Amino acid sequence: MSKAKNPKLKEQMSNVKRETSNVKRETSSVQYPISNIQYPTSSFALEVQRRSGENVFRCYYCQKCTVGCPTAFAMDYQPAQVLKMIQLGLREPLLKSSAPWLCVGCEACGTRCPNEIRLAPVMDTLKYMALEAGYTPPETTVYALHRAFLDSIKFFGRVHETTMLVEYVLRSRDIFSIVRSNIDVGVTLLLKRKIPILPERVKALGQVKELYKRAGR
Amino acid sequence: MKYSYYPGCTASTTAVEYGLSTEAVCEALGIELIELDDWNCCGATSGHALSHELATALPGRNVAIAQAAGLDMAIPCPACYQRCLIADQRFREDEDWRAEMEELLGFEYTGRARPRSLLEVIGCNLALEDIAARVKKPLAGLKPVSYYGCVLVRPPELTGWDDPEHPVIMDRLLQAMGAEPVSWSYIVDCCGASLTLNRSDVVVLLVNKLVQAAKDAGADSIVSACGMCQINLDTRQKGHHMPIFYFTELLGLALDLPGTDNWFKRHAIDPRPLLRSVGLA
Repeated sequence: MSKAKNPKLKEQMSNVKRETSNVKRETSSVQYPISNIQYPTSSFALEVQRRSGENVFRCYYCQKCTVGCPTAFAMDYQPAQVLKMIQLGLREPLLKSSAPWLCVGCEACGTRCPNEIRLAPVMDTLKYMALEAGYTPPETTVYALHRAFLDSIKFFGRVHETTMLVEYVLRSRDIFSIVRSNIDVGVTLLLKRKIPILPERVKALGQVKELYKRAGR
Repeated sequence: MKYSYYPGCTASTTAVEYGLSTEAVCEALGIELIELDDWNCCGATSGHALSHELATALPGRNVAIAQAAGLDMAIPCPACYQRCLIADQRFREDEDWRAEMEELLGFEYTGRARPRSLLEVIGCNLALEDIAARVKKPLAGLKPVSYYGCVLVRPPELTGWDDPEHPVIMDRLLQAMGAEPVSWSYIVDCCGASLTLNRSDVVVLLVNKLVQAAKDAGADSIVSACGMCQINLDTRQKGHHMPIFYFTELLGLALDLPGTDNWFKRHAIDPRPLLRSVGLA
């Protein structure tokens, strides 16, 4: 059925024409009646959208996010690909992907996106969903450091680098390579007295622990 | 001028010279910093990586403590600053969460204590002419690049005090100190600091790209406003010997404050040979 022969559509279009002719230039956005058409959508995409608060369907794949991303070169799927895969509902490869774990949350993508999609909360949401679904994060050292960091705050209220680093090394599977790639920096920081021996503690630690409890951790 | 001061975990450890120079410079400029009582860690990257709730609850507790004093928060660390902004936004927009936090922490959210970055406090809230008038030792001959790193001006909906792509405040502050800042293309590019211990292979590439770019632009040093960026650039660069300053250290030097040596000797790459070469030390 062609456009001209559809009387309902013709009526809708003439309504739009009438409405837009009354609209002044500064309020040029018009809700077109024809946009009420419902498309079938993946429930995974809707869940990511709801939990991240970002409209992932706006992405038209300009790839500005990928170009500006500092760690895209190390990811298995680049940021723009991640958005496209969410739209397509490719849940399993995304929840197994290294991309969310290598996202540093620098917000370059969100700042530059012509459709105002902030990818950092989307990447965080994918991490939460991967952990909830029981996937082991492919970036074991990244996950190990996050856990050691949060444990340190739970224990002291503030991060205590020394004990946090010990926990991190114990948690990560590859102790030898961690020590090898960080030993020179560690020695420098020790010599410059930048790694504290004693931790600083929050007095109202009960409040911090309660925040953890409510967050389910 | 009075602010609630949220130093963050690094100000007494890996970024000790940032903490020391911040306190010295603020005192000299008449900015009174009153440390937040019993503040906690904001959770930083790990908070929002693993828990949507902790991502706002941890910095939220600090924003809560600041409400009673009713003073804006001065925050030197951009990561702490961004997390506090996001928690503050949730206090304003999520009424259920606000009520729950108010009950748990025993405070009332008034919105009068806004999180502000230290660079904003010094560079926007003071007149640059006044800072220039106080300079006793102009940093003539020093050719640094300003380096904002990633989250100091992002997301722009929440920061709003400098351009998110071409920020200018730090350059102007350096000019007020008499330095000759060089322009370059990497001013807001992330150094990857949150991966520095767990994917150092990635971070070494990022850091050396930045340092090489600063060198190519003709700079002799990089100026940072972030404890994470500074230590990352300072310790992960290979064979460049490019000094990485905090903007507060250079401000302290320009104001001729005592104790600058105690800051510079904590750097991995000692900046004093460079300062001597331009007659500043």
